[in-house]
Amino acid sequence: MPAAAKAYIAGIYEHPTRKADGKSLAQLHAEVARGALADAGLSKSDVDGYFCAGDVAGWERPGSGPFSIIDYLGLKLRHLDTTESWGSSYLVHVAHAAEAIAAGKCNVALITLAGRPRAEGMQTGTKTEAEAKGLDAPEAQFELPYRPTVVGLYAMCAMRHMYEFGTTSEQLAWIKVAASHHAQHNPHALLREVVTVEDVVNSPLIADPLHRLDCCVITDGGGALVVVSPDVAKSLSKPRVRVIGAGYAPKYQLGGRADITSSGAIWSGPRAFAEAGVTPADIKYASIYDSFTITVLITLEDLGFCRKGEGGKFVADGNLIAGVGRLPVNTDGGGLCNNHPSNRGGMTKVIEAVRQLRGEAHPMVQVKNCDLALAHGTGGALPTRHGSATLILERE
Amino acid sequence: MTLDAALPAPQPNPETQAYWDAAKQGRLLLRRCNACGEVHFYPRSICPFCFSDDTHWLESKGTGAIYAYSIMRRGLYPFALAYVTLDEGPSLMTNIVDCDLASLRIGQRVRVAFKPGGNGYRIPVFIPI
Repeated sequence: MPAAAKAYIAGIYEHPTRKADGKSLAQLHAEVARGALADAGLSKSDVDGYFCAGDVAGWERPGSGPFSIIDYLGLKLRHLDTTESWGSSYLVHVAHAAEAIAAGKCNVALITLAGRPRAEGMQTGTKTEAEAKGLDAPEAQFELPYRPTVVGLYAMCAMRHMYEFGTTSEQLAWIKVAASHHAQHNPHALLREVVTVEDVVNSPLIADPLHRLDCCVITDGGGALVVVSPDVAKSLSKPRVRVIGAGYAPKYQLGGRADITSSGAIWSGPRAFAEAGVTPADIKYASIYDSFTITVLITLEDLGFCRKGEGGKFVADGNLIAGVGRLPVNTDGGGLCNNHPSNRGGMTKVIEAVRQLRGEAHPMVQVKNCDLALAHGTGGALPTRHGSATLILERE
Repeated sequence: MTLDAALPAPQPNPETQAYWDAAKQGRLLLRRCNACGEVHFYPRSICPFCFSDDTHWLESKGTGAIYAYSIMRRGLYPFALAYVTLDEGPSLMTNIVDCDLASLRIGQRVRVAFKPGGNGYRIPVFIPI
């Protein structure tokens, strides 16, 4: 049995706020940690492993790093993992927690994400690579003079995908339409209005060919997960969700060999499926990272839900809508409509997959007999450098 | 659309100073590995393909084709962010300037030009041929 199959996701919590004017960043970390532990039926004193990424207080900005948040939370640890993979960090943390548990390094692993970019005034289409990663990266002097923004980089992937495969803006729009159909049932979703393909393609262009409604929301809040050993899992009352496969891959342009219509999911996906011993056709529900509509389309192809270049046809006509299409995706409304806390969507991807496996999704979007789910994160910028993380989860 | 504002300044380091010095003279430099023969960008002293340290500067002809682009519409004025694939092989991030943005196409032939950057440096950009 692979190491990953020896751990369970026992606690989940998504912060209900979408704008945290009155809260500090560390406070948000503490609130989501409390929520996930309460959901699991565990307490802070049970936690012996902690996992966090670059969003922790005092890390993305000058400060003393993860020790600050451990101190703030008052955690007593025998295992700490600060793996940073941008928005996909939290899926990597689940995989690392499973490995650490299998190796006997900890029994109860807490993973937190929090942020408040909306309270700090961030606006769609304005985040520059300079702000995202600073000036010290070796490639910075060869990229930052050209003023790339995150949306501009993903827009080039969409433009190239359209050129190579004939993908259309209307097909991309279906991904947002599906998210909005799901978000109407989520009382916490930032955007709950159902939109049409016409609404998306008629919304203002931010970076051609991506429109405003092709972009994810900017929200505050966060989420937390509790990953536990089999012994701990057996002592708890919620339906048991087991981690049965995990795959990870960074992808970049090796020495300037551009290939921007596929992601690291071409490698992370097969690794996760092989470890789990299942295929894409077995998956009942998928949480797919949706920073932009094009992120979803490319990832679905790369994970093998359809062939490369056929993502446009796959996502069209409501195929991602629960109860309508073949593969329900992001039934919480995703980053496109519900929540993208701290500009990092990986945490909420895991949370909704666990809800589906427990049968705790909203009844209007709950997938029947959902016993096998996939969650995927894309951290960084797809055409330049990013890390892809895939998890396959099973209800026992 | 003419790019009239200065582009953000590059921050050269000892490994890359020659690249930016050449750009001031209107030359675009790439890096080639003597061990494996591969040309790479951005330039590194150690080859990212074979890890040899036997690399040297190679002057690009400065011509290539648009690999991908996007019209960035959130600033004071729109501009074209792009990847250009040089005839020597590597692709690089750049801006396409001095052109009708609406006329840009993937595959379009372009040639390098140099625009003022900060700190007295000049930035390689591309213009449709």
